Amino acid sequence: MSITKVTQHPTQNEALIFERSQTGRVGYRLPQLDVEETPADDLMPAEFRRTDDLEGVPEVSEVDVIRHFTRMSTWNFSIDLGMYPLGSCTMKYNSRLNEKVARIAGFLNHHPLAPEDESQGGLELMYRLQEDLAEITGLPGVTLQPAAGAHGEMTGVMIIRAVLDKREGEASKQRRVMLVPDSAHGTNPASAKLAGFTVKTIRSTPDGFTDMDHLYELCGEGGIAGLMLTNPSTVGIFEKNIREICDAIHDAGGLVYMDGANMNALVGVARPGDMGVDVIHLNLHKTFSTPHGGGGPGCGPCCCTVELEPFLPTPKVVRENGGYRLEYDRPDSIGRVKAFFGNFGMMVRALAYIQTHGDTGLREATEAAVLNARYIAHYLEKDFEKPFEADTMHEVILSHKKQARKGVHTLDIGKRLIDYGFHPMTVYFPLIVDGAMLIEPTESVGRQELDAFVDAMKSIAKETVEDPDLVINAPHTTRIGRLDEATAARKPVLRWSPDMESTAKSA
Amino acid sequence: MRYIPNSKEEQSEMLGAIGLASADELFRSIPEDVLLARKLEVTRPLAENEVITSMETFAAKNEAAVKTSFLGGGVYSHFSPTVVDHLIQRSEFFTSYTPYQPEVTQGTLQYIFEFQTLVCQLTGMEVANASMYDGSTAMAEAFLMAHRVTRRDKVLVAETVHPEYLEVAETYTQHGEMQLETIGFDHETGCVATEGLAKIDKDTAALVIQSPNFFGCVERLNDLADMAHEAGALLIVVVTEAVSFGMLKSPGECGADIVVAEGQSFGVPMSFGGPHVGMFACRQKYVRQMPGRLAGVAYDKDGNRGFVLTLATREQHIRRDKATSNICTNQGLIALAATIYMETMGRRGLQEVAYHNAQKAAYAAKRIAELDGFSIAFSAPFFNEFVVTAPSPAKDILRRLSSEKDILGGIALSGYYKGRENDFLVCVTETNTREQIDKLVAALG
Repeated sequence: MSITKVTQHPTQNEALIFERSQTGRVGYRLPQLDVEETPADDLMPAEFRRTDDLEGVPEVSEVDVIRHFTRMSTWNFSIDLGMYPLGSCTMKYNSRLNEKVARIAGFLNHHPLAPEDESQGGLELMYRLQEDLAEITGLPGVTLQPAAGAHGEMTGVMIIRAVLDKREGEASKQRRVMLVPDSAHGTNPASAKLAGFTVKTIRSTPDGFTDMDHLYELCGEGGIAGLMLTNPSTVGIFEKNIREICDAIHDAGGLVYMDGANMNALVGVARPGDMGVDVIHLNLHKTFSTPHGGGGPGCGPCCCTVELEPFLPTPKVVRENGGYRLEYDRPDSIGRVKAFFGNFGMMVRALAYIQTHGDTGLREATEAAVLNARYIAHYLEKDFEKPFEADTMHEVILSHKKQARKGVHTLDIGKRLIDYGFHPMTVYFPLIVDGAMLIEPTESVGRQELDAFVDAMKSIAKETVEDPDLVINAPHTTRIGRLDEATAARKPVLRWSPDMESTAKSA
Repeated sequence: MRYIPNSKEEQSEMLGAIGLASADELFRSIPEDVLLARKLEVTRPLAENEVITSMETFAAKNEAAVKTSFLGGGVYSHFSPTVVDHLIQRSEFFTSYTPYQPEVTQGTLQYIFEFQTLVCQLTGMEVANASMYDGSTAMAEAFLMAHRVTRRDKVLVAETVHPEYLEVAETYTQHGEMQLETIGFDHETGCVATEGLAKIDKDTAALVIQSPNFFGCVERLNDLADMAHEAGALLIVVVTEAVSFGMLKSPGECGADIVVAEGQSFGVPMSFGGPHVGMFACRQKYVRQMPGRLAGVAYDKDGNRGFVLTLATREQHIRRDKATSNICTNQGLIALAATIYMETMGRRGLQEVAYHNAQKAAYAAKRIAELDGFSIAFSAPFFNEFVVTAPSPAKDILRRLSSEKDILGGIALSGYYKGRENDFLVCVTETNTREQIDKLVAALG
């Protein structure tokens, strides 16, 4: 028997809120105004007041709001649903405890401009987190101000710039080259530019490491301000020459910035400060499990050596006479990178993560994350090309080389994974591997789910041979199919309007 | 460790399966001289209830959090409907990633599209992005964008822009060709000083005005837009109190070219300064110079409507050092909170809550001005914040109010502006009852 549907179920075709709006519906109630009312024109002269009566802003009931967002939410994949193997994104479990403690009233209702002596709890919490991040990275100077990874990168390279300017004065102008490996995140060169640096790209060797000959050659050309290095690199391999790399940069008069995106491979096992790194940023929304939230908020603290500490942003939380205060008098500081003190709510969650894991748990998480990645690598290296031989750390890189011969590419494999119940891996990054598939299971996945993932990938490899169209046309199980992104970009429709559909379709 | 599914036994089996004898062997590729040979010196693992106790102990030391507050200055105490925090705690929203794979992230993409639309509607602009870190970094990005659009180097900023925003902009622009110059304010009106506007010239990329400004005063944006445009410069309007959109003529209608705003007022807790959410909107013609992510409409091959991240060729993962910004992660979940707030309050609620704010602030200002020796510092119309001139140093008065009456009476301006020792900024929102206002007035008197 087949079921004929008259219309699509509302959970699958929830309209835009603007299309749902009905004049006169309300979703709120304010208390009665308890002061004598000032006449409108005395309150705000007419010339300053809105005249559009907020036309177009929706009118909906509270029930409408709940159903609207609940229905839309079901169209999302999430960590709580299953393995989210995005390489370099570290999609690990977001603990409910962390959500709970971040919502304690004494944190939520605290105004950042409240007097410091009445804000001691917030300041102490920040100080404790600074101390813990210093211990974890081996870099004692810490700022929690940057709001995300790229913001932390910008902070880090601006610190390098400030150090060089102070050390060399006018001569610093001759030192404006920031070296960035070809495997780096795009944010690295973009951040370097904000600090006034020119980017030179260092090649990787065929086995996935920084090309030392090329590094020395570039250092020899002079003008080196520094290096931005991700370690483990974006192909999931530890830079075995890390000390030599740092020495080379230091000998050339530059400083080493480490992109901490991949710290989930190192916490409790090795510390950037012990490798010769001068400054690093951390992504609390990766390594320290603050939720990614569909694209933020993040938190991107910077940790640096004692020598670089004076250059950290203003203000900084310091301890004094048993209390805590904000230090504003920092003459060498690069300045402020964000209003107030950073994404405090993320700091609460990160500290709760550290407390819950403790000394032993932090290392345990790192071991489990690396073991999980290694396990996947072990079972998939026959079915998919693994471009680098070196031991995988917390993520493994594969490529579509074998499948491309059948016309099946990385994107297709990623989309087909959706039909098997997994979020796609990171696709086409890093750029140095053609058809890269970067897989990071994190520690939050158990063996059965890893096995299921391995089986899914093997099955897709088999489908590529037996029925490539099945993979090329994936996904088959989602509410919508692959979207025409080229047309969307050619004539972008970026906001709702009553005639939006016709505009978009005429593109 | 309860967050790690595999037991020790399972992990041993897995190690065995891949040919390793111990977990230490996982790290063979790290040179021995950089391996950490000891345990990290952080706390022992705490139980769940121990973590809660620890956090509650910190929170209890935030004594200001429980006091009656008239603090504003860029962060505001507004009521957030219960549905906001409930909905953002759905797993599908808060544990999902940036929506790079549209087939499994339509929930996120659709709310971003709604966020962009609402920001356009409120600001009166044509396009808005998926969010920035906060108002301060959004303003700094607007400066960089004005430089790209006009190819001019000078940015003129009103001194009455939030002082911390200005500091952030100075950090962001310190290494490029841009120069920032400030314009003073009229000591009578509290608005930007007319004589300072003579600095607008052919090198000016943008004139930057906050309205309501840091003193709470509403600026004459129409006139300022004309002056900027005559010189070929852009007008950038900064809004730190988003609730004011419910009452004030939109910056777009006044002629702004770029509008940046802090969205914290829309249902987002103060949370000691973050996470909040930056709004960024501009004219359609500048869309390809915008920073940040954009969601747009797209169709699949069966004609089903969906949404995708679009115009990515502006962004760092494609353009690297030629990108319009280095921003990647933004404030997704907070943008969701603001979206839910705007939709729940809706067309009527946004106007009503703005009206309540203005009425309560007007009442408070009137009562304070009646006190002996107290006056309202500026004559320009204000929304929900105003500057009070006291008969004695504001810092002393505010300290006394807090310690004796448990009232945070405002922000002393002496920390930000010279010669304003007796002035403080008072903010009154819909969350302040008449009783609280009367208590403040009585305590000041």
